[in-house]
Amino acid sequence: MTHAATRTVRRERPNFLAGFGSLIWLFLVGLPLYVMLVATFQSRADYAANGPLSLPRHFTLDNYIDDFNNGFGQYFVNTVVVTVCVVGIVLLLVPPLAYAIVRGRGRLTSGVFRLFLLGLAIPAQAVIVPMFYVISQAGLYDNLIGVILPTAAFAMPVCTLILTGSMRDITPELYEAMTMDGASPRRIFFRLVLPLSRSGLSTIIVFTALQAWNGFLFPLVLTQSASTKVITMGLYDFQTEHGVDIPGLLAAVVLSMLPILIVYLFARRALVQGLMGVGGK
Amino acid sequence: MSTKTLVRNEQDEEIAPRTTPTDRRDGVVGVGRPGFGWAAPAAVFFGLFALVPLILVAVLSFATWNGLSDPEFAGLDNWKKLFDDPVLIQSLWLSVLLTVLGVAVQTPLSILLGVWAAGHQRNRAILSAIYFVPLLLSVAAVSVLWRAVLDPNFGVPAQASWLFGDGNLFGHQASAIGVLVFVSTWQFTPLHTLIYQGAARAVPQVLYQAAQIDGAGTVRQFFHITLPQLRNSIITSMILMVVGGLTTFDTVLILTQGGPGTDTTISAYYMYQKAFKSFDYGTASAVGLLLVLVATVISLVMVRLSGYDKMRSTMEGL
Repeated sequence: MTHAATRTVRRERPNFLAGFGSLIWLFLVGLPLYVMLVATFQSRADYAANGPLSLPRHFTLDNYIDDFNNGFGQYFVNTVVVTVCVVGIVLLLVPPLAYAIVRGRGRLTSGVFRLFLLGLAIPAQAVIVPMFYVISQAGLYDNLIGVILPTAAFAMPVCTLILTGSMRDITPELYEAMTMDGASPRRIFFRLVLPLSRSGLSTIIVFTALQAWNGFLFPLVLTQSASTKVITMGLYDFQTEHGVDIPGLLAAVVLSMLPILIVYLFARRALVQGLMGVGGK
Repeated sequence: MSTKTLVRNEQDEEIAPRTTPTDRRDGVVGVGRPGFGWAAPAAVFFGLFALVPLILVAVLSFATWNGLSDPEFAGLDNWKKLFDDPVLIQSLWLSVLLTVLGVAVQTPLSILLGVWAAGHQRNRAILSAIYFVPLLLSVAAVSVLWRAVLDPNFGVPAQASWLFGDGNLFGHQASAIGVLVFVSTWQFTPLHTLIYQGAARAVPQVLYQAAQIDGAGTVRQFFHITLPQLRNSIITSMILMVVGGLTTFDTVLILTQGGPGTDTTISAYYMYQKAFKSFDYGTASAVGLLLVLVATVISLVMVRLSGYDKMRSTMEGL
């Protein structure tokens, strides 16, 4: 293969300059992560005395235990509920929409598609005031449902784009063949479209789950009490209220990212593609 | 796409040569095709929770509302108040400054990292996987983390005064802006690296082979082959940075609270303050509408320049 040949040619001279640069970047990426991990395993007094760069002398898990006792267990559960519901709504609504956009011939349907493309341009920050108005009027203020609905709505444009992309890759002959056999749209959807767009579906699941898990703005504006707090809000409040307890705060940061890191270890590819979806936003 | 339409038209001619265009849409070809009913639930849901607020932001920008009573029509009052407020004018400039700095720092960095990561060497694959981690984390987590790491009393600056001076990075405008740009770069460079990595892998290898035969070195190859081939990705990535930069909010809220004073109060944060701290929802909506308009103009330019099809093609290298 010519491809393999070029690779060996280029490997003859390792690029030392690039190698050096990549190590500097590794240092910048790694430094705060190191400080974070090390801080969470020492007591507040030790951290203050030894500074952020030294290794823990007395290993302790107290910071994590304290966080759980201070409500982070509840925030964790809330975040899981929000994430599962948002993914559920998107999975229920977007695949039929994408199918209609790719295979439908109606003028209304293509109008809807244009609307969703426009939706890509709406920054959530900009509509936060009317969102607060709508959710308050609907009686959903300080209710997890009030966070779930807008989060799902704002994940939909990117998901639609991703899913129409993978549905367009299904060859028209397959549709024609099923139509010839007299299959209804519903049958085509379940037997052909869904099984063949599995990679697109996993991408939108990951994208939506990340959006929901990491969401901050909607919970910040639309919730208030401890019983509806999600984990990002827990972090923010922790920082404003006990900003000096850095080990405890950083332990909370670790708890908030743990599930994503675990998914990253096992499903790197789907996650990377989901993150590209974040870029489309 | 074009061949598909071609085939369909031929069939139309064969089956029903004399039908009008509307007949064609709902006629023989329409059999087995999903109707509007398939799109309706998503359309209604999206309309309710994304488009209605969008319309309301325009309406509320011409009204006064304190969050308790009903909104009242106020004409252009909010807009007049807005442009008389020096903090708003300053916030617009700060948004532009942060965005420009972000693009200027992140673009060269992510091009270099992306082209580097496009190589198939084992060490590059492993390092790329680590570089990626910041992008997985929430903006809230990243901001809280850096706030702690850069804490004036307990953080790294207190340990390295030769580098950080008095260590209070959040106490001066220039260093506070520097922190905001740095933290955004730290978090979002992996995204743009990913875009460039995909694009760099899609560059035809023939071009490099030809350049090698002509005796061009790595640096010349980079400037004369790689960079021109990345043109579309550069546009896509820059526009993502611009939209992201103009709407930066969480980072400011957690890292600087707009301070010192109002020195890092950028537009989105100004809007949040107006709404949820001063309860002046009308003025806040006017700022929101301003942000929507700017973002829409930029996105239209984006679609014009690169097209979303090309945006999808940047994912092919993954």
